[in-house]
This record gives sequence, structure tokens and C-alpha cells, in this order.
Amino acid sequence: METGFLQSLELILNYGMPLILLMVAYFIGTWIERRHFRSIRERESENAGFPVVSFDTMPDDWGASSSTLVSGSVVVSLDYFKRVIAGLRSLVGGRIKTYEPLLDRARRESMLRMIESARRDGYDAIFNVRLETSRLANSRGDGKGTAGVEMLAFGTAVKFASRFARTP
Amino acid sequence: MEISNTESIPGRTIVQFYGVVTGNTVRAKHIGRDIMAGLKNIVGGELVGYTELLQDSRKEATDRMLEQARSMGANAVVNVRFATSSIAQGAAELFAYGTAVRVE
Repeated sequence: METGFLQSLELILNYGMPLILLMVAYFIGTWIERRHFRSIRERESENAGFPVVSFDTMPDDWGASSSTLVSGSVVVSLDYFKRVIAGLRSLVGGRIKTYEPLLDRARRESMLRMIESARRDGYDAIFNVRLETSRLANSRGDGKGTAGVEMLAFGTAVKFASRFARTP
Repeated sequence: MEISNTESIPGRTIVQFYGVVTGNTVRAKHIGRDIMAGLKNIVGGELVGYTELLQDSRKEATDRMLEQARSMGANAVVNVRFATSSIAQGAAELFAYGTAVRVE
């Protein structure tokens, strides 16, 4: 009776905890992701009229009066559920669907931060946008684990000499 | 000080080149941030502490690069690039480089 109880307790502690963690990670992670995507969509439609291009030379009709370097960055982490799924996925290979939205929203967030910082300082457009991704290793010791992924967006923001220089 | 990641400063002409200028900084994460990040790793999402750390570091690297350009007599840095490398456990180098020029 006593040993049976202890055994079941041990069973719960050994297998139940990761399972609970997995469920918590799944629900909170999904909620955070949805909320983030909603915020990204709202801010993207707010900034829809702001010209952002990846050309390395400035379009001729922009007629810039001043310029500066602007950047935006974000570090995101993979949730426990996604890491477990990705771990399973890597056994058979193929597309890891759980990682795709994570990297996508991080990249869009970094772009939005860059745009928002340029608008805050009164710039009218950004060109030569570059995107970079880098992995932050954790300090566990082996350097293999990933603490997070950094997305960096940067470009040259310009102020137009005349408000009407911009083509619609 | 003008700065851009293109080969020229929009609306200005380059009159003199001073060569490549660089700026770097090596930063370690502090343990408090690491613990918070460890917790955040369960549910996912943004690691705000790391975002700030990297932004501060990148700004410092850029400032050092600009300082070097200024000491050479340049008034702008063009074609700026950033690089990140992890050199030891929990430490990363942030590096900014560009070409120091005089524009008119």
C-alpha cells in the first residue's frame, strides 16, 4: 500500500512534470504567439504607407536632405514545446513547422522596430535594408544549446528635401 | 557625424577617403538575465534582457567606430556593416566597421 503510493508518486514526478511543462509551454507559447502576430499585423498596416526598400542605391526621385543609419532588433527564444517537436522532427527530417512562425515574427518585429525608430526621429523613408540572423549560444558549457535567436534589421533612413518629392 | 550603410551619403559627395574604421565590444550576459531567459525558454517569446544587451553593445561598437573616424578627421562613415561572433561561453563580440570619408 505504502510502496504503491510512493511508486505512483515517483511515476508522476518523473513523467508528469515534463508533461505538465509541455502543456504549459504549448498553451502559453501559442497565446504569446497569437498576441504577437496580432500586434505585428496592426503595426504593419499602420506603417503601410512608409517606403522601405532593399535597393542599395537611393531611388532618384527621393531627393534626400539628410540621412542616418537606423536599426531594429529582437531576441526571441524557442518554447519548450517547439523544441521537443523540433527534436522529434530531426529524427525523421523534413520541415519543422513550429520554428517557421517564430523566425517570421521575429524578423517582422525587427523590421517594425527599425521603421518605428525612423518615424520617431522624423525620417520619411528607408533604403538599403539588410536583415541579419544570429544565434545566441547558452552558457551551459557545451555551447550547443541555443539561448535565443537575434534578428537585426538595419538600413539608411532619409528625410525628403520636399514633401512632394515622393512618388505615390 | 553622418552614418549610412550605403556607399555614399544621400545628397552629398565624397571628397576624401580615410580607410576602414572599426569598433568592437565584448560583452558577457549576467547571471540574472540568464536565469530569466532560462524561464522564458519554457514559454518562448522575446528575451527582452538580451535584446537590450545587444542593442547597447551594438551602439557602443558603433560609437567607438565613429570616434575612430572622427580622430582621423572624417565627418562621415559609409558602408557600415555589423558582425557578431561568440568567442567564449556566454560572451559575444559585437563588431561594426565601415569606411571613413569626408563628405561635402
